Amino acid sequence: MIKAADSAADLVHGAGGDDHGAARSVVRVRVLRQDVAGGESYWERFEVSYEPNMNVISVLQKIAAQARSQDGRKVAPVAWDCNCLEEVCGSCTMLINGRTRMACSALVDRLQAESGDEIELRPMSKFPVVRDLVVDRRRLFRGLEKVKAWVPVEGSYDLGPGPRISPEEQEDAYPLSECMSCGCCLEACPQYTKVEAVRRDDESEADFEKRRKSAFDTGFVGAHAISQAVLFNAHPTGRMIADERMEALTRQGGIQMCGNAQNCVAVCPKRIPLTRSIARAGRAATVWALKKLFDR
Amino acid sequence: MAQPRVLVVGGGLAGLAATMRLAELGVNVDLVSLVPVKRSHSVCAQGGINSVNALTRQQGDSEWKHLDDTVYGGDFLQHQPPVKEMADWGPKIIDLMDRLGVPFNRTSEGFRDQRRFGGTLYKRTAFAGATTGQQLLYALDEQVRRWEVEGKVKKWEFWDFLGPVLDEAGRCCGAVCQDLVTMQFKAFAADAVVLATGGNGLIYGRSTMSMVCTGSAVSRAYQAGACYGNGEFIQVHPTAIPGADKLRLMSESARGEGGRVWVPRKPQDQRDPRSIPEAERSYFLEERYPKYGNLVPRDIATREIFDICTTDGLSVEKDRLCVYLDLTHIPKETLDRKLGGILEIYEKFQGVDPRVTPMKIFPAVHYSMGGLWVDYQKSASGGLLEGSLRNQQTSLPGLYAIGECDYQYHGANRLGANSLLSCIFSGLFVAPTLANVCGASAKAAGDHTRLFDAEIRRHEERHRELLARTAGDENPYTLHQELGNLMTRVATVVRRNDQLTHAYDEVCRMAERWKRCAVSDTGNWTNQNVVFTKALGDMFPIAKLILKGALLRDECRGAHFKPAFSMPGLTATDPEGKRSEAEQWCDAFEANTRKWLKSTIATCGPNGDPEISYQDIDTSLIPPRPRLYGLVGGDAIEEAWKDRAAKAAGQAAGKGQPAGAGA
Repeated sequence: MIKAADSAADLVHGAGGDDHGAARSVVRVRVLRQDVAGGESYWERFEVSYEPNMNVISVLQKIAAQARSQDGRKVAPVAWDCNCLEEVCGSCTMLINGRTRMACSALVDRLQAESGDEIELRPMSKFPVVRDLVVDRRRLFRGLEKVKAWVPVEGSYDLGPGPRISPEEQEDAYPLSECMSCGCCLEACPQYTKVEAVRRDDESEADFEKRRKSAFDTGFVGAHAISQAVLFNAHPTGRMIADERMEALTRQGGIQMCGNAQNCVAVCPKRIPLTRSIARAGRAATVWALKKLFDR
Repeated sequence: MAQPRVLVVGGGLAGLAATMRLAELGVNVDLVSLVPVKRSHSVCAQGGINSVNALTRQQGDSEWKHLDDTVYGGDFLQHQPPVKEMADWGPKIIDLMDRLGVPFNRTSEGFRDQRRFGGTLYKRTAFAGATTGQQLLYALDEQVRRWEVEGKVKKWEFWDFLGPVLDEAGRCCGAVCQDLVTMQFKAFAADAVVLATGGNGLIYGRSTMSMVCTGSAVSRAYQAGACYGNGEFIQVHPTAIPGADKLRLMSESARGEGGRVWVPRKPQDQRDPRSIPEAERSYFLEERYPKYGNLVPRDIATREIFDICTTDGLSVEKDRLCVYLDLTHIPKETLDRKLGGILEIYEKFQGVDPRVTPMKIFPAVHYSMGGLWVDYQKSASGGLLEGSLRNQQTSLPGLYAIGECDYQYHGANRLGANSLLSCIFSGLFVAPTLANVCGASAKAAGDHTRLFDAEIRRHEERHRELLARTAGDENPYTLHQELGNLMTRVATVVRRNDQLTHAYDEVCRMAERWKRCAVSDTGNWTNQNVVFTKALGDMFPIAKLILKGALLRDECRGAHFKPAFSMPGLTATDPEGKRSEAEQWCDAFEANTRKWLKSTIATCGPNGDPEISYQDIDTSLIPPRPRLYGLVGGDAIEEAWKDRAAKAAGQAAGKGQPAGAGA
């Protein structure tokens, strides 16, 4: 039976969290800023009030609300990408204290413990900066196109259930399928270097789009896309175009560019076994190349 | 003649499902989204997606029972034909998603596994770990990417929908949107525009929703004349993890897999929860609702958790309301396999391992049952007529709404794992409708160039006006917090008329204060400051209709709970007294049904103030009956009600027993 209740709203969702670290009163941050694409970058320092259990997102929210630098000047709020705030959408990747990670799950207490007083925020370095901490990650999605990261179904009409899949296969596939295209693995990869295409004055949008895509395709496709190719090549229907994926993975920018630094797997926030995927793709590429040789 | 073209706004499950099917039907799609579509809020859905399946069918389940659970759980506030159609589509939607490669959890034989969710006694819920929404979204994202490569779909990511464009006849012929990087405006001509822009949790400040869920697109359509339905029905999810920036969802699947909610019987018992003996714990949901236990519908679980903390004073902590959600009796291996994703979230953000220590949770704003009013055309069999131009159409011809941003499927309370179904269903189902619209408007389409230019100029003007506001004394971010705190205090779990009246006036004042908001960024490049300020301005009309709808609705229904109008259980203990009280209870229920079983319809008046009217509900399939989960004397009421229903059925000559009497 439900009784009437007072809406004790002040208690509802009051500043949550445990008490450790309550002694600190401010959080200091330095942000590598850039006003426009292709512009000069510069450092700016900020100071916001500390709350227990706060993450880098709450710090940036506070910076947006106060719109003042540490020395009290009125400045434009720092621009950054975010959405879900629970590490599942892949938006808020940035370099925090020099390490690529998600801003939402980067907790201030831990950051201060690892680096002392001031937290450093920088945009990812492998993608063109749009503004401040916002970068253009379209190349990442182009990688998914390139390796045909999808199951090639014949339309969405009702044709009954999908193939039967053993629990082992599902448990193998599921972690790969959790890849949220955050780009951490690309940021950390020595082989993945920045590709920045700028539209020429005399160029149509469509022409520029084309040129940018081919510029993207010359660079390394990266661990995330290789892992997606492995995911779909393991799916009973997905593997029906396995050859097309192998073709893409062995072209320019393909798996041969991997230098086996293994940084990708170390920084993946979802702990996806990326190096295992790369090893599997590497073996498959060898088999495929031999097959191609003998089929000629 | 130009090729048929549809503008889809929003790339979550609904928008992507519609896009995929439209492309398949040969229609070109412009897909506009605030974020890359793969980052849409659908990724946050955790627990699963409902449909009847081979196993539940053999336990007596059917599409009809899925319909029944959905409308009973929703307290009969939804039109039944769309819900019937959705329940009928359930099995083939799961099959489709399975074919698209969603890694659903498997049984040892390799079939899809299912678990139980709230408001039903059947294991209807297919799931992919605890990230089902993410997995479903990715499958659709992949298919849409395929169509993008084929050239049928053009994505406009990081674009903001500013408003529909209506022609002289009032028909929607496109929309104006803004590039969030260059801040340029563009008009999109379209045979039809479909909004798939999700919920509006940010009106409550912090909620389980993502940062794009401001409700601004819907508000802009509403301010342009589209009607809004059932705004006051906001789902507060029973279990969320409090946080300073966001209240993170802890999925209902935690309870579906056996999680138990409890508090120590001794107020604020300081002992380690693991050391508190069973006898000194109150498993209050199991005690009060023996049939459904921890899996009562969400509105009920939420009120009970709220109540045990506020009225009974049994919150686990003193300064912060919370109860335990306990998984520690379940083997670790099972937890990792079935709930891994959500347990990691808890561990990451709270620094405590929920496999070892009970979680601390509290309710949070989670889902908008209400949304844009949409039409439908009923079929002879009681479902919907596929391809009808009316399906999912808002009150503005040519403008459609699907997914969480329509009001159609969940009534007064949504059942867990029904939202993913309603999103994908409405997206797939609207596509043939839109393809037919394209066919019909191909003949009628005129040249709207001038109209579009004028609309672009209007939006540019508004934008410039905002950028020029640098001297105001209001800060948009703190004003947003104030709005959120107010809405959370008065328009969530418990609602009172005095508070709602006061809050309405307060929101009117805030809307005025918004006009004095200063922007701190006056630039024209990735200006998030001005975009947020604009979205905040559009929250007020929706906040007002939520408050007004709640104020006027003097009853309790689903998520809308007003203690002053609740119908208490029975007090008599002797059979005769019980029966007579039960009869009175049923009389009162019938009177209330006649008065309040109606959709709330808001239209936007001057100043963004809503005008409220009511619309009858199609309950032709399942007659409304008392929602009695756990009510004291519920057995007696049910008996009295069944007798009435039987009598009514006897009077309806030649007709069989209506399905509504049993549960």
